[in-house]
Amino acid sequence: MTGVTRIRSSKDLARLRGTAQEARRRYRKRVTICNGTGCRACGGLDVTAAFRSELARKGLTDVVQVMPTGCQGYCQRGPIVVVDPPGVFYQRVTAEDVPTVVASTLEADEVVEKLLYTDPLTGEHVPLEKDIRFYAGQQRIVFALNGEIEPSSIDDYIGMGGYEALAKALEDMSPEQIIQEVTDAGLRGRGGAGFPTGVKWRFVREAATFPKYVICNGDEGDPGAFMDRSLLEATPHSVLEGMLIAGYAMGASEAYIYVRAEYPLAIEHVGKALADASTLGLLGEDILGTGLSFHVHIKEGAGAFVCGEETALITSIEGRRGTPRPRPPFPAQSGLFGKPTNINNVETFANVPPIILNGAAWYAGMGTEKSKGTKIFSLTGKVQNNGLVEVPMGTTLRQVIFEIGGGMHEGRDFKAAQMGGPSGGCVPAKHLDLPIDYESLQSIGAIMGSGGLVVMDDRTCMVDVARFFLAFTMSESCGKCVPCRIGTKQMHDTLDGFTRGEGSVDDLTQLEALAQNVKRGSLCGLGQTAPNPVLSTIMHFREEYEAHIVEKRCPAGVCKALLSFRIDSEKCVGCMACAKVCPVNAITGEKKQPHTIDPTLCIKCGQCFEKCKFDAVLRG
Amino acid sequence: MPMKDPLARRWRKGGPGELRRPDDGADLSLLEDALQGLPRNEMSVIPALQRAQEVYGYLPESVLAQIADELRVPWARVYGVATFYAQFHLKPRGRHIVLVCRGTACHVGGASEILGALEERLGIREGETTPDLMFTLETVACLGACALAPVIVVGGRYYGHLDEAKTLAVIDMYTDGNAAPEVQP
Repeated sequence: MTGVTRIRSSKDLARLRGTAQEARRRYRKRVTICNGTGCRACGGLDVTAAFRSELARKGLTDVVQVMPTGCQGYCQRGPIVVVDPPGVFYQRVTAEDVPTVVASTLEADEVVEKLLYTDPLTGEHVPLEKDIRFYAGQQRIVFALNGEIEPSSIDDYIGMGGYEALAKALEDMSPEQIIQEVTDAGLRGRGGAGFPTGVKWRFVREAATFPKYVICNGDEGDPGAFMDRSLLEATPHSVLEGMLIAGYAMGASEAYIYVRAEYPLAIEHVGKALADASTLGLLGEDILGTGLSFHVHIKEGAGAFVCGEETALITSIEGRRGTPRPRPPFPAQSGLFGKPTNINNVETFANVPPIILNGAAWYAGMGTEKSKGTKIFSLTGKVQNNGLVEVPMGTTLRQVIFEIGGGMHEGRDFKAAQMGGPSGGCVPAKHLDLPIDYESLQSIGAIMGSGGLVVMDDRTCMVDVARFFLAFTMSESCGKCVPCRIGTKQMHDTLDGFTRGEGSVDDLTQLEALAQNVKRGSLCGLGQTAPNPVLSTIMHFREEYEAHIVEKRCPAGVCKALLSFRIDSEKCVGCMACAKVCPVNAITGEKKQPHTIDPTLCIKCGQCFEKCKFDAVLRG
Repeated sequence: MPMKDPLARRWRKGGPGELRRPDDGADLSLLEDALQGLPRNEMSVIPALQRAQEVYGYLPESVLAQIADELRVPWARVYGVATFYAQFHLKPRGRHIVLVCRGTACHVGGASEILGALEERLGIREGETTPDLMFTLETVACLGACALAPVIVVGGRYYGHLDEAKTLAVIDMYTDGNAAPEVQP
């Protein structure tokens, strides 16, 4: 960190900002290299090291800044490198490419064609990051700094306007004004339930017991959601700043960030952020000379999905088995150690600084009537562009999947989007034009959840998907209450039977009734929402269930027990390709003669079906 | 501040002498350093178990008992926590931990096939360790690396965009040499 040892006032902060900006301007060019979990897995660290050594070799370290950033969200194309100015975007860069990039783009202002992104729709190279469809369709507010700063550098964050919202809150606003601002902005909890954040804060502010606690819920456990990981990895300070403002508004001076142990990089970056903020005096006693004191502790989760539920999370921080408690009393009255406690999700806290800086009216200008601002979705599954997408509330699924997402992978047909993870449901094609907000999703049996968005094509079996989620909730159920513990098991077993061709129409009726009971009778959100994947798939894909139960057939060709393979002797040219891949030698036949599959030997692995170029292998 | 715990008080009266001490050969002296700086209360149970597992690779019973003793928390509570969270292991684990992600994106991308191939190659089921203590095969609900799906993690290194053949190639690298391989598949 630069010269300043401690920030004692907003003037000190402004001075530090000036210094940081000046340091940034000293460089003529900047190379940002994504060092998020995804890009690291593809060699992002090697690319970073290669840039450092190549620039040192050429004596360019004073003119070109190398900046390893946090996750930029376009994980599928990693490792990602951006050269700024002019903002040239390179994808899937390897350490061997680095000398070429340095020689052409940094020294000669020429682009390296082979590293450019090709738009799958037009087939043309797109040199600039801002023109890439995946980014162009987004509105990045919470993610604004993801590719702009080094996550472990507090100077970078301050240089980009970081902690300005805190200074404004502490100096110009009363706690009531802050809560009013957040309420007026219409910010709702980004963890899933969508409860108005300002209202939650007010409950805690009005509680008369002290001390009060602020907790940041970073136990992101929904399969298919990773925006909280990205935020904690890339801009940990923005989450911290949101927590500080919340603490001031509610009169809390102790806080915890609960992060999954499965996110080691996030834990590392949050730890660094806490240490740096403490050194500068942005955490601790007498923050910015206002007398405010605020201490933040980091708590590592230990692998339990149920701890994402707020009361279970509190129990876990207290050092016990993470089982939920009945509500009321709500954490706002009796939370951590029996004291008033506010719990918000990572993304919710990250929304706070921009609201304070730009005002409630600005924020409320985005989104729909009841859902304001932007939402980050993690777009994965059978879609061209995988990654994190931040869009205003009210954007349609079609825009997210077919414009930003670039359409379906391998040109397959869209079947459904699974939204909200194991608590959510499937959205079928007929609702593609529905503007996404909390209410609209609920009305069709899905939920916003934490923003997981898994795209499924016609080769995905909806019964199998429901079974998959129930297997998950069944194993993650903490066992405290009966409806969830036994209900999830029963639902899973019924679904499992369907995928094996067992079960009757009566079972389907019973499954629906059981699902309703588990929904009504469970103690916490895990059990109350566990039936959603079942109910929504039955609601939208009943015919697929009936095909399994009545016709003993899996239309998507996924459920192995219901499959049989045979060869169409008209189409088979006898190329032997299928016979070669068959792991159990179940396929026989002479060269250039139609082949046959011995059903008694066949293990239904489907490799022959994938291999055949003449569509001669029939699956049904 | 942690709430007063009636159970903890009762336990203290009985004293540590009443605790059954399993002798599983774990060197308990290593625990002292590991627990350095942790406040002696129930809130420290999870961090203490995490640090102890870092030292021993798993949590032997005697270590659980010692932690209960050190933190002044009933052993039953410590055992309860150790068996609740997926991160904790009460049996020895292999040198290489193979973690298969079963998240939604990985599931849709063929995680089951990958798990099956690994089970077959290593000759063990999910949750088990090979007899030579080389590999432990585990699954995780979601690693949050969905864009790499299907993904596995071996010894902390991520391997993405896998199929059965690529997965086995990764395992081969670890079988041949014990060090983490430098090349990515």
